[in-house]
Amino acid sequence: MSLQFALEGVVIGLAVGSIYALIALGFALLYKSTKILNLAHGELVLFGGYLAIALTRSLPLPLLLAFLLAIIGTLAAAALLGFAIERTIMRPLFGQPALSVIIVTLALGYIVRGVMVGVWGGDTRQFPPVLPADVIHLGSLTMPRVGLVSALVALALLVLFSLFFRYSLWGIAMRAAANEQLTASTLGVSLTRVFAYAWAFAAIAGSVGGILLGLWLGVNFALNFVGLKALAAVILGGLDSIPGAILGGLILGVVENVIGGYIDANVRFPGFSLYGFKEITPFLVILIVLMIRPYGLFGTEHVERL
Amino acid sequence: MGPELPLVDTVLTVERLTLSFAGLVAIDGLSFSLRAGELLGIIGPNGAGKTSVLNCINGFYHPQSGRIHLGGREITHQPPHVRARLGIGRTFQNIALYPAMSALANIMSGRLIHMRSGVLAGGLYWGPAEREFLRHRARVEEIIDFLEIEAHRNHRVAELPYGIQKKVELGRALAMAPGLLLLDEPMAGMSAEEKADMARYILELREVRGLPMILIEHDMGVIMDLCDRLICMDYGKKIAEGPPQEIQHHADVIRAYLGEDHAVVGGGGRGGGEEA
Repeated sequence: MSLQFALEGVVIGLAVGSIYALIALGFALLYKSTKILNLAHGELVLFGGYLAIALTRSLPLPLLLAFLLAIIGTLAAAALLGFAIERTIMRPLFGQPALSVIIVTLALGYIVRGVMVGVWGGDTRQFPPVLPADVIHLGSLTMPRVGLVSALVALALLVLFSLFFRYSLWGIAMRAAANEQLTASTLGVSLTRVFAYAWAFAAIAGSVGGILLGLWLGVNFALNFVGLKALAAVILGGLDSIPGAILGGLILGVVENVIGGYIDANVRFPGFSLYGFKEITPFLVILIVLMIRPYGLFGTEHVERL
Repeated sequence: MGPELPLVDTVLTVERLTLSFAGLVAIDGLSFSLRAGELLGIIGPNGAGKTSVLNCINGFYHPQSGRIHLGGREITHQPPHVRARLGIGRTFQNIALYPAMSALANIMSGRLIHMRSGVLAGGLYWGPAEREFLRHRARVEEIIDFLEIEAHRNHRVAELPYGIQKKVELGRALAMAPGLLLLDEPMAGMSAEEKADMARYILELREVRGLPMILIEHDMGVIMDLCDRLICMDYGKKIAEGPPQEIQHHADVIRAYLGEDHAVVGGGGRGGGEEA
């Protein structure tokens, strides 16, 4: 593996990884505050990508303005979708066994995906050219402009969200609830509101991820696979660790581009090649990490005092 | 101070409260009231339903029947966070702090209901938000002084000794500036010296601040000394109510604790017992 290949893989990996990190952050936050493993998270990613493309295309305005309004509209719709899921599906299930709730999210995912494919079809859909399709040179490395912009947006949002959780009253309330739900309620934190915000937040983070990936690669119904990668990132970082989720996303991005990319490009067997190895690299990494640290890289090691 | 209760003599009224879990009756037609400035003790053998009563008052449990009024306002169907905002503070039998946070941050979390600054101002620590933060911080420092835990302020709670954790939990409840404080075995598992400290804080809260409190405690010596009035429960029912001296010699109480044939209950004789 040449140094050039590795460096380029790292840079692209960090760019994709920052989007994974953003999606994973939504996933981890929802898990942390509601203890729900949301298997429909990938569909929230899809939802953002599809809706933003449809809105951008249908608004009769200059392209950039249409794109901007489409983003605002998509985020608002995502927040509403999050609130609606919490209010109509999750709240009645409060207190039910975790497995039932997880299965419900799985069903929810299939429904959301079915509706979207029904509306927008199964082909890959692209944004109109919002950004020039050129390549940026970073020293000797090159990178698509859209990748760089996506990465910067994702990083900015990660910083913004971290500040929100660290310093704002609602962020603190959500972290309090995430730590110990009943205790937080005795301190005056409304759990139903925390759950509603957590869903809205997860939907927004997922949608932004869908928009950024959509700008870069286009959107089709298989994009929900990214939800699984986010799950992988979150498990890698430790299910209940927000910084862990972010780092997990970045690591996955780099690993899949450097190692997966290398194997895809270079490993050949007589009769067949390992094309597509990139897609499974993240899961191999998780397998290895979890065998060594079952609670993830930064997760809470559960030691109960009996 | 926080949400003020109306100036009525009775802070809390519990009427004919009944709570059962799948056929097991935890509380059976319990009625009592708490007067302003009063320290009311609830005693009873393990499993008598004492903690369930506190859980009904603060909203964790929803009784099948009965009503609870706080300062003239019915709260029977309010969720816990609303009751917290109405001025009910509590501590737990098994400490429920945020172990990874410092003692200071834990106590500060009690100020949450009194914080006003919006998301942006709070986030960016701007003028009014900063002043507000400092005001809350000052209140928390008063509590830290009161509980004599200055030295532990910046330690992670998980690293603190059990007795200090109990103090931090009391501090967090006090930071809410409650109008009613529920204490669930605040002295369980403490050394004699720590118990004496805790008793002193409770007395001072009653004498100086006139804070009404309900106290569950197994150390009979402590509870007899501290409380104005006692309720004794057994199998979810109130079997006796009155001043400590009276309860101490109440035939039903002695029977509940010791079985049929015993006649004496020693003050402090069952001290240190812990509920599982």
